[in-house]
Amino acid sequence: MTTPAAAQRPFLSVNNLSVAFPTEDGLVRAVDGVSFSVEKGQTLAVVGESGSGKSVTAQAIMGLINRKSAKITGEIWLDDQELVRLPASDVQALRGDQMAMIFQDPMSSLHPFYRIGDQIIEAVQVHRNVSKKQARRETIDMLRRVGIPAVERRVDDYPHQLSGGMRQRVMIAMALINSPSLLIADEPTTALDVTVQAQIMELIASIQDEFKITVILITHDLGVVADVADEVAVMYGGRVVERAPTSVLYLKPEMPYTLGLLSSIPRMDKEMDRLDPIPGNPPSPINLPAGCVFQPRCFYWSQVPDDLCKTTRPELLSTGPDHLVRCHLAPDVRREITAKVLSELAGVPS
Amino acid sequence: MILLLFLLTVAVFLLFSILPGDPARLTCGKSCTPDIIEANRHRLGLDKPPLEQYEAFIGGIFFGREFSEDSPQPVICNAPCLGYSYNRHAQVLGLIVNAFPVTFWLATGAFILWITTGISLGILAALTHGRWPDRLVMTLSLIGYSLPAFFIGLVLMFFVIIKWRWLPFPSYVSPFDNLGQFLQTMLLPWIVLAVLYTAFYMRLTRNQVLETFGEDYVRTARAKGLPERTVVVKHALRAGLAPIVTAAGLDLAGLLGGAIISENIFSLPGLGSLSLNAVTDSDLPLLAGITLCTATFIIVANLVVDLLYAVIDPRVRLGS
Ligand SMILES: Nc1ncnc2c1ncn2[C@@H]1O[C@H](COP(=O)(O)OP(=O)(O)OP(=O)(O)O)[C@@H](O)[C@H]1O
Ligand code: SF4
Ligand SMILES: [Mg+2]
Repeated sequence: MTTPAAAQRPFLSVNNLSVAFPTEDGLVRAVDGVSFSVEKGQTLAVVGESGSGKSVTAQAIMGLINRKSAKITGEIWLDDQELVRLPASDVQALRGDQMAMIFQDPMSSLHPFYRIGDQIIEAVQVHRNVSKKQARRETIDMLRRVGIPAVERRVDDYPHQLSGGMRQRVMIAMALINSPSLLIADEPTTALDVTVQAQIMELIASIQDEFKITVILITHDLGVVADVADEVAVMYGGRVVERAPTSVLYLKPEMPYTLGLLSSIPRMDKEMDRLDPIPGNPPSPINLPAGCVFQPRCFYWSQVPDDLCKTTRPELLSTGPDHLVRCHLAPDVRREITAKVLSELAGVPS
Repeated sequence: MILLLFLLTVAVFLLFSILPGDPARLTCGKSCTPDIIEANRHRLGLDKPPLEQYEAFIGGIFFGREFSEDSPQPVICNAPCLGYSYNRHAQVLGLIVNAFPVTFWLATGAFILWITTGISLGILAALTHGRWPDRLVMTLSLIGYSLPAFFIGLVLMFFVIIKWRWLPFPSYVSPFDNLGQFLQTMLLPWIVLAVLYTAFYMRLTRNQVLETFGEDYVRTARAKGLPERTVVVKHALRAGLAPIVTAAGLDLAGLLGGAIISENIFSLPGLGSLSLNAVTDSDLPLLAGITLCTATFIIVANLVVDLLYAVIDPRVRLGS
C-alpha cells in the first residue's frame, strides 16, 4: 500500500478518481479521472457549473457515496490512509472526526425533530468518550465561536427557529466540533442571502486561519474564491480541466472554459450592464462527447487541426509551475486567446 | 372543536330530514293507512316545524326527552338521548352501546395487526430497496390491494372454519368472559379487516422511509460519522414514520366502512352490522345516532392525531 513517495505525499491527494452510477438510462459518469491534491492547512477551491461533479467528488472523499450503488475507482489519500479501499467502518470513524463537511442547503441539512445542541452533542459523543455535560459545554463554546448570539438560549432551539445564516453557522459548528483536519464546504453560501453569504465566507476564512485546517471549498462562482483559496481546480463534465494557484488562474488562465467562467463574474469595479455567461448547456454525464467534453460550447476548437477536439480527449498537461490545463490548443495560441479575452474584459464595455 | 361538533349535529339532522322517503311511512310497513301514517308522524314529532324538531333532538342530547310508544306510558330517554328506534323499540344509545365493544375490539385488533405487519414489512422493503425482499413485499401489497375484503372473508370462512374446521364457528363473547373463544372468533375478522390496510401501510411506509433516506439531514447524520443503525433508526425512520401516525389515526377512526363487511361475514353484532341493518330497514333515528357517534369519534381522533403529531414534530408544536 505504501508507495515510495509516501513521505512527500500531500495531506490530501485524489488520484484518478472516478465515480459512475449505473442507472436505468445508462451509466452516469459523474466523476471521471479526477486528480488533485491539497497541502496541509491550504485551501483548494473546486469550481464548475452545475452537474460538473463537484458534490460527487466531495461526497466520495467523505465516503458518503453508497459503494453498493456506485462504481468508485481511483485513490483518495488522506494523510497516510487510502479511503477508497478502506473498510466502510473505518471511513465512518474518520467521518465527522478527521474530515467534516458542510452542505449547500442549511435549511434541510439539520434534522427538523432534534434540538440543534443535541445534534452537535451527538457528533461529539459518537467519536469521543465524553460525558453529555462536557459535550454540551464544548457545543456551547463552539456555537459561540461561529457567531451564534445568545448561545445559552439558542442551543436548545429547533432548526426551524433559526434563520438560514444561523443554521449554516450551526452546521459549521457541527463540522468543527471534533477538530477535523479536513473541512469540505460544498457551496456553503448558495442558498443564503447575499449579505449573509459574505458573512459565512468570512467565517470560513477566519476558521481556516484559526484552526489551520485544510479546506476544500466548492463553488460555482469563481468570484468568491479569490480571497480564500490558495489553489483552484476547475471542473467540467466530471473532470478537472484546469488547475492552478489562485493568482495564476485569475491572471493567466488557459482553458477556454475557465475564460468563460471568468467572463461571467459580475465585477464591481467595471460598469458592465451584461454578464457573458457561457452559451449552451453542460453535457449530459450519460452521453459525454467523444472528444473534448467542452467542445460543443467552445469558440476555439476550429483552431485545432484535424478536428482533434471532436475525436480525442485532451490530457491534463502541465503548462507552467503547478499549472495544469486540459486543452488541445497549442500553449502559445492559448495564451494569445487569454490575453485577448482578458483585455476585452478589462476594456470599455461594448 | 365544539363548533365542529355543533355543525355536525346540524348536518346530521338536515341530512336525515331531507332524505327522500317519508320516515312516518317507512316505520309502518306494508299495511299503512293514512291514519296510521298521520299518527306516526305525530309520534315522531315530524308534524312540528324543523327548528323545533332540531331543538328536541339537541335537547335530548343534553337533557333527555320522552317518546310516546304505542302504549300510553311514554318512553323516558335520559340524557344523552340520541333518539328512539321505533323499529326496534329501543333507545338508540342503548343499541349503540351494546354494539360498540364488538366493533372496538375488532378495530383495535385489526389496527394492531396492520400497523405492526404493515410498518415492519414496509421498513424491511425500504431497507432492501430493489432486492428480493422489497419485491416480495410490494407483490404482497399489490395482492392485498386487489383482493376484495368480502372475497378474502368468504374464502377464509369456507376453508378455515367450514372445510378444515381449524376454528369453531364465530360467536362473539367479551374477552373478559372467555379470552380463548374471543381470540378464536376474532382472528379471521381481524385478518379480513386488516388486509387492505396492511397492503396500504406496507407501501406507504416503504415510500416514506425511502424518501427520508434521500433527505439532506440523513446525509448530515452520515457525515457526522454515526453508525448506519443510528442513521436509519434515529434519523431516517423517526422522520419517515411521523406522517404515518396521522394516517393511522384517521384510518382507525374511519374503520366503520371496513367493519361492516367483516362483521357481516362473521356475524359479529357490532356497529357495522347494526348500521347495515338500520339501512336495510330504514331505521332513520338509529342511523342518525350511529352517524353522529362515528363522526364524533372521527373528530376526536383528528384532535388526538394533531396532539400526537405535535409531540413528534417540533415544527408543529411551536407553530411557526
Ligand atoms: N446518486 C446518483 N445517481 C445518478 N446520478 C447522480 C447521482 N449523484 C449525482 N449524479 C449525477 O452526477 C452529476 C454530477 O453531480 P454533482 O452533484 O456532483 O454536480 P455538482 O457539480 O455538485 O453540481 P451543483 O453545482 O448543481 O451542485 C450530475 O449530472 C448528477 O445528475
Ligand atoms: S480542447 Fe478544443 S474544444 Fe476543448 S477547450 Fe480546448 S480548444 Fe476547446
Ligand atoms: Mg453540488
